[in-house]
Amino acid sequence: MFNLVEKRRWFFTISAILIVLSLGMMILTQIRFGKPLRLAVDFTGGSLFVLHFDGPATEPAIQDVFAANGLPETIIQRLGRPEDNTWQVRTREVTPEQVRAIFSDLAEKVAPVNRDLSTYESVSPIVGGEVTRAAGIAITVAAVIIVGFIWWSFRRVPHSVRYGVSAIAAMFHALIIVIGFYALMGFLQGWEVDALFLTAVLTVTSFSVQDTIVMFDRIRENILRYREEPFERIANRSILETIHRSLATQLNAIFVMIAIILFGGETIRPFITAMLVGMLVGTYSSFGIAVPLVVAWEQATQHRARKATA
Amino acid sequence: MERRDQILLIVIALLAILAVYVDLNIDHPAWLENLLAWQPEGARKIAIRYGLDLRGGLKVSLVADVPEGQEVDRVSMETARQIVENRVNGLGLAETIVQIQGGRRIIVELPGIDDPELAIEIIRGTALLEFVDAGYVPLMKGTVVTTTLGGPRLTESPVVTMPVAPEATPTLPLAPATVVTETAPTTPTVTPGVYETILTGADLDQVGLDRDDMGYFIPFRLKAEAADKFAQYTASHVGQYLCIVLDKEVISCPQIQEAIPGGNGRITLGNATYQEAHGLAVQLHYGALPIPLRVETATTVGPTLGEISVQKSVRAGIIGLSIVLLFMLVYYRVLGGVADLALLLYAALNLALYKLAPVTLTLPGIAGFLLSAGMAVDANILVFERMKEEIRAGRSLRAALEAGFNRAWTSIRDSQISILIACAVLYFFGTNFGASMVKGFALTLAIGTMINLFTAIVVTRTFLRTLLRLAGNWLQTRRWLLSV
Repeated sequence: MFNLVEKRRWFFTISAILIVLSLGMMILTQIRFGKPLRLAVDFTGGSLFVLHFDGPATEPAIQDVFAANGLPETIIQRLGRPEDNTWQVRTREVTPEQVRAIFSDLAEKVAPVNRDLSTYESVSPIVGGEVTRAAGIAITVAAVIIVGFIWWSFRRVPHSVRYGVSAIAAMFHALIIVIGFYALMGFLQGWEVDALFLTAVLTVTSFSVQDTIVMFDRIRENILRYREEPFERIANRSILETIHRSLATQLNAIFVMIAIILFGGETIRPFITAMLVGMLVGTYSSFGIAVPLVVAWEQATQHRARKATA
Repeated sequence: MERRDQILLIVIALLAILAVYVDLNIDHPAWLENLLAWQPEGARKIAIRYGLDLRGGLKVSLVADVPEGQEVDRVSMETARQIVENRVNGLGLAETIVQIQGGRRIIVELPGIDDPELAIEIIRGTALLEFVDAGYVPLMKGTVVTTTLGGPRLTESPVVTMPVAPEATPTLPLAPATVVTETAPTTPTVTPGVYETILTGADLDQVGLDRDDMGYFIPFRLKAEAADKFAQYTASHVGQYLCIVLDKEVISCPQIQEAIPGGNGRITLGNATYQEAHGLAVQLHYGALPIPLRVETATTVGPTLGEISVQKSVRAGIIGLSIVLLFMLVYYRVLGGVADLALLLYAALNLALYKLAPVTLTLPGIAGFLLSAGMAVDANILVFERMKEEIRAGRSLRAALEAGFNRAWTSIRDSQISILIACAVLYFFGTNFGASMVKGFALTLAIGTMINLFTAIVVTRTFLRTLLRLAGNWLQTRRWLLSV
């Protein structure tokens, strides 16, 4: 039998490296942008333009137009290929009058903006604060539900605290890595944390916890069935029996997500990518972290018990 | 048992036919669309509704601009909403939405707008009420004029249509004689010349609404300062016309019968309906909006961009689902083929529900649907894996099938419940606050999950039972077809 649990030191090492890298990305983001994550206008308030020009444009030229209209602080990025002539501009909240002036100035000094292919979004800082608060509530509610769900699932299992704590540790491990990945993409692609990112994280967290619970459930069944086997073996057996199901079902969701990332619109690409990464890390954290943690805990207590009797 | 399966098969077939018929991109007969009683009357149709991110347009969230903590009463909000709706209707767009969200927000959606900035200005702008000196020539209702306070905002600017009956014959004050007969011109004519503004809406102190034998009338009282000015003016202009102008459009033009001291007057409205009279009273009272509105969020999406998004999503969806169908077929063979049928039915049912409910599709909403379709086979896989275990353990196909469904049920139920809980949290998050994209995703994912319970359990099981009855013995000897 292939022994995954035996390799747990490897998993723990890999995870530790990933977590350090993730935290490192967040620290870098903190240094560069003043926050551990680049927050979108949903949360901070401000305006986001995606401008599709009819001709070539340059960053300084765009910046000059915005500065001339009272918006000196802008973050300007090219989107897609250079020949797309598509640029993303972030600035503080704009008024409709400013928008009007900006569009006419851009047409005059840079290149005409194709309004049919352009978007802008403007959010007042007050709403941003409210959305942030709502997000906080949503996360808290979700966390309470998830922890409650885990507690409920294992209320009759011996050492239920171990399972619960391991499941939660695996969940946080997955969360940190997804957030770290997003921080990295913030550097590379300018991805910002918006309400959709939050959605992705909450969705995959619920999947991943579900996955962990399925594996723990199988351990519970197998303890009764294979009474003579050591716990490590039972745990490993349980992983192998359920991993098939985990991988096969996720494979289909992954097919769909990759299709959306490759062929779908750019707008939801960060959202789906976060979900894909979350799903992969979530599955990994079920068999690589959650179950091995329970095994390690079990062995540590046995070890201590043996020492105590010796 | 057998009889139950036959009935189920018929029900499934009928559902499938109905779903495919609804899904077809044809003009469905009007009587059928009229059966959708839950949709608002007059707008019942079988069609996919696209959100603003997919069709392009403007979405604005306006918030009552009052100090933090100050209560905004429901009546003022509703009045403000009605006024905003009137202005939006003046833009002449189809399928606009103006609704109150929470206690102090108004959400406006304008699909397919050409000039979003102008629209915002019109929606938010405080309509200006003026009493102008028209001399001895009355102005027709609906005439657009230039006053000493400026001209019409823009020539093509849609003016607020006043809810006053065309036959309304206002007189001022208290005069029984009808002086001016007015007819509403179909297109407002712009009258050259500058008219002097005597008073504005800001000079009004109190406005009421009352009725007598002659119909509704609006009693008003001016502020003290304005009352003196009004008294002097009316004293020196008896016999002339004083026009009431809202946003440079004449809404009525009564003749001054006598000097009006004390600042009290009334505008009689003839046979206007209550709604019309009330609407005017509200506008007079508040100078337009009962509460100042501030633009809180504004989102515009170019229409072409929306179209491209739809095309890309459809392409991504077809590719993604094809891979899933193929994977199931290759991996689970005959079982996979049955699951594929169930998945196709699943997709058809979802789309039909989107059209009938209707569910407004947004980009994240489509992603939610596609994702739920990818996971719809999850339940099938759980069952099939169990079945394979049972078959390997030497059970008959029939027994393995039933055992597979029975034993996988708790896992399926748990995973569906956890998804639905996640959707509920997300939906709550998306509904109450500015994150409407989240709502679309949560909604389609939740609908998909529930439909999936039907297709993955009932439909697949019925199909497989039928299959085993028809070809069970043949399959028993060719177990590789079941990928065992």
